[in-house]
Amino acid sequence: MTTDHRHTRLLIGLGVAAAILLAKLFSIQVLDDHYKADAEINSTVREMILPTRGVIYDRNGRILVGNKVAYDILVNPREVEEFDTLALATVLDVTPDFIRGKMDEYHRNRRKIGFQSVTMLKQVPAETYNRFAEVQYRFPGFRGQVRGIRDYPINAGGNLLGYVSEVNQAYIDKHPGEYRSGDYAGMTGIEAAREKDLRGEKGYHMYLRNSHNQIEQPYKDGAFDKEAVPGHDIVTTIDAELQQYGQELMQNKVGAIVAIEPETGEILALVSSPGIDVSQLADIGKYYEEISKNPYRPMYNRAVQASYPPGSVFKLVNGLVGLEEGVLRPEMMYPCSHGYHFGAGHKLGCHGHKSPLNMEESIMMSCNAYYCYVLKNILDNRKFDGDYGEAMDHWHDMVTSFGFGTKLGSDFPAELSGSIPTAKTYNRAYGKGRWNSTTVISLSIGQGEILATPMHLANFCAIVANRGHYYIPHIVKASEGVEIDPKYYEKQYTKVSLEHFPKVIKGMWRAVNSGAGMGGTAWIAHVDGLDICGKTGTAQNPRGADNSCFICFAPMDHPKIAIAAYVENGGFGATYAAPMASLMVEKYLKGEVKREDLEKRMKEANLMSRVKKD
Amino acid sequence: MIGENTHKRGLKQSVDWKLIGVYILLVLIGWVNIYASVHSDNPATIFDWSVRSGKQFVWMLTSFGLAGLILFVIPPRLWEGTSIPLYLFVCFLLVAVIFLSKDVKGSHSWFELGPVKFQPAEISKITTSLLLANVMSRQNFKLSQFKDFLLVAAIIGVPMLIIVAESETGSALVYAGFIFVLYREGFSGWWLALIGLVILLFITTLTISPYTSILILIGILTVCNAFMGPRKEFWKRIGIGAGFVTVMALLPWLWGLLQENVQGHLDWMTRVAWVPKAGESSGYRWSFLLKIKPMYVLLALSFLLLPILGVRAFRRKDGFLGLSIMAFIIGVALVFSTDFIFQNVLQDHQRSRIEVLLGMKEDLAGVGYNVNQSKIAIGSGGLTGKGFLQGTQTAFGFVPEQSTDFIFCTVGEEWGFLGCLVVVLLYVFLITRLILDAERCRESFTRIYGYCVASCIFMHLFINIGMTVGLMPVIGIPLPLLSYGGSSLWAFTILIFIFVALYRQEKKYF
Repeated sequence: MTTDHRHTRLLIGLGVAAAILLAKLFSIQVLDDHYKADAEINSTVREMILPTRGVIYDRNGRILVGNKVAYDILVNPREVEEFDTLALATVLDVTPDFIRGKMDEYHRNRRKIGFQSVTMLKQVPAETYNRFAEVQYRFPGFRGQVRGIRDYPINAGGNLLGYVSEVNQAYIDKHPGEYRSGDYAGMTGIEAAREKDLRGEKGYHMYLRNSHNQIEQPYKDGAFDKEAVPGHDIVTTIDAELQQYGQELMQNKVGAIVAIEPETGEILALVSSPGIDVSQLADIGKYYEEISKNPYRPMYNRAVQASYPPGSVFKLVNGLVGLEEGVLRPEMMYPCSHGYHFGAGHKLGCHGHKSPLNMEESIMMSCNAYYCYVLKNILDNRKFDGDYGEAMDHWHDMVTSFGFGTKLGSDFPAELSGSIPTAKTYNRAYGKGRWNSTTVISLSIGQGEILATPMHLANFCAIVANRGHYYIPHIVKASEGVEIDPKYYEKQYTKVSLEHFPKVIKGMWRAVNSGAGMGGTAWIAHVDGLDICGKTGTAQNPRGADNSCFICFAPMDHPKIAIAAYVENGGFGATYAAPMASLMVEKYLKGEVKREDLEKRMKEANLMSRVKKD
Repeated sequence: MIGENTHKRGLKQSVDWKLIGVYILLVLIGWVNIYASVHSDNPATIFDWSVRSGKQFVWMLTSFGLAGLILFVIPPRLWEGTSIPLYLFVCFLLVAVIFLSKDVKGSHSWFELGPVKFQPAEISKITTSLLLANVMSRQNFKLSQFKDFLLVAAIIGVPMLIIVAESETGSALVYAGFIFVLYREGFSGWWLALIGLVILLFITTLTISPYTSILILIGILTVCNAFMGPRKEFWKRIGIGAGFVTVMALLPWLWGLLQENVQGHLDWMTRVAWVPKAGESSGYRWSFLLKIKPMYVLLALSFLLLPILGVRAFRRKDGFLGLSIMAFIIGVALVFSTDFIFQNVLQDHQRSRIEVLLGMKEDLAGVGYNVNQSKIAIGSGGLTGKGFLQGTQTAFGFVPEQSTDFIFCTVGEEWGFLGCLVVVLLYVFLITRLILDAERCRESFTRIYGYCVASCIFMHLFINIGMTVGLMPVIGIPLPLLSYGGSSLWAFTILIFIFVALYRQEKKYF
């Protein structure tokens, strides 16, 4: 076999192979443009432009949350050259070790960081920033960045407003495509509930960088740039002064005050104490540890989350249910001999007052025995043929129609539902058929298995004030560019006929306005000319002194405000809750408080030592 | 040691200085591009030991030293004599490294001696070439003898298989290049064609369809048949074959029409004439027609034709016809087993690389990322490139392995098509020079060894550049002399300079 021409053939093959490579190279380098475009996109830098976050106003146009400027110190580790660590530390008011630590950290994460800038120091004071700006040229790679942070001109509603903080990975994952590391988002309160309105839209400018990572020019003359869209302002239903006043009253006490405008369902004040001070909100990261370790749990929004036994306030509910069921008529008289006696020597105690008494008087004087009879009548109702289970469930349905035991559906996040027992609750505890109206008798006075949030109580008060209907309590008003759910404009009705409400209101009026010594439990809440109607509640607290509770609305005709106050370990309803609610009403309706002694006493009272820490 | 005075011809005549010149040029180009591919904003000098260009500078100097050693100190005769122990020793290293090395990206192929790392697979190219040249240059060696062929296959196959066992399939592929050496030494060209055909069928089966592959097979057989037959029947045979292929190619289309009609007819029957009884579906009687595929027709036809042709071939003693039938059957078997091989024999990463290469899968984030970024880098260079140190794609690290396997990206981006042209032409010159020098040798040892060197460099060149431009799957082998890395540069230096030394010795005495 001849091999003479084989080397020629191999050389031709080599030529063909080289030609194939060169043809392919020619096609991707000279003929095809799209690789060049891809390369440009590879080497563009996006500079984010952050939008201004929306401002939060109160109902009267006062700014609750505004924006102010803060300075962050950023560093691009790849641009950093050798620098005087000590000098930089002095300028920035940090220790040299802090800077060394940070630089080591960036070096460790250099692959992750790449060509990005990272924030080394957050929210330095303006004077520090100015000092840094003067010497910045000596520290290549370091620069300051102006960023909008939240500003709180008035100390009203720390918990209510909520805080804004940097998103973490879990948050980014939960909102795919919406956030990137380093973005800020509202985490609690209104900031969280209205995050989508407040945040606005980020914009960006695109630049080309050269091989030395220097920015050369806007990419395609800015054709792909996007300007930032500022966030929408939010108008809340909160009355800033009332809110602030409520917080002052509640200082050094644990509990909540919720005030609602009955004709709209707008929340006027939502005080939870102890709360987060607005001065800590702006820089929550710094205080988070301290706040979360506080044994009184300031993060916990008692106004919508705490489940309290409502105590005697709940007598109104049972009374209304009794009236609706026809087992109670206002003129019915029941005796009370320091309590309600049942079974073999059992007694549900009561305080001293006249006996027997009718419904109006029972409300005015808050008689326990009266409501034991009412509840017994409801559960022993002949229409259920002695089936306590059915009667219990019916009672449950009536009660929950007031919003108790359910989430009201307010626009405030993290609302809890409290609880109202059903037949099942007792079947589980005692066995089916092994309990009766006496077993559950404490329900009559709002104790036992009934738990409600202060928001529930305020809403109930609004229902009474409206004589039978309510609007779902809400905290954001519709304003330009901000819509609210239409459900907040819909009247909600309970399962109790409207005609029954005036009957209990009379009793509530008398509880407040009968004058001292007449047996009215809430005479302390009386304010001349305001026609306040209220009901006290004193709820047993297994963790110490009784809780003090009070609901009231005013004026009696065309009420402007319905309010619930709940003070843990406050004693009688009339001791703390009633005066405080009354002061709130006075403040709101009159604009100023005349009862300065009472106000001073309330503000200065310190019940913290009574409260059991968690 | 051989002193300079004993030369019959001076250094100037005996050493192929052009070859050495191209070698030095390529090494320098590599060094400069390694510097460009890893330079940062606070550029170190090209000599800085802390960056790769600085290290490469040291590898370069040592390589030059090594070249001098081989050229002037070591007697060239030594290579032929020691080729057997060297080969065995390196094979031992190849096996040892599997057990002694750390896992680097799934492969066990690196020895680590303190700061120095080296890959025995790099050296085994040299020892295999030496042994191959030794065996094939023996007096009574004939490739056509089965015994000798088996020996050669073993010499090439053993290190190749061990390297496959190291999970360095890429390096093993280089050994396929020795087929060119065998071809030069008298191996039948048909084998080359056959390997080409197998690869072609493999690709068309995967990317188009088995049917197309079989048509191609028939087409090729037709052409061969025409060439082998008597001259006057050439056009007749071509014509018959072409007609057959055309008909078969049209078959799927015709089939589509037929099926449409059958379906239409069935629909019409259902609508107008046919009243379904319980349990019957419409057109139950004719619907089997819809299930017939052109492939089955083709196969049925082959089963009818093949025995007839086989008998005819046997009667006429027509060896070629018999061979064709065999080839056809093997081809069909291959086509149908392709899927099996692809799914079961290949490893996952190899399969996905092939899938991306053949465009069966668009995967820009995974396996396709490397190729896509490498094409972007090269493509963005344009005709003249962005200029030295002006490349953004390689400098920002978009391209992975930018100074080793993907060094050609830096060339493409910063020096453009013209730069690529120069580099490719330098390689072509180098390989051509090796082949021509080898042809000029009288000793077959030198000639065969020269071809081995040329083949190795060619395989590396074609696979590496082919990979960076997306012609070949991503196979991690370096670009000879350009890629960063001491063990690779040393290996190619030794490989080339043994030949230069052997060649010099010839020139010196003849």
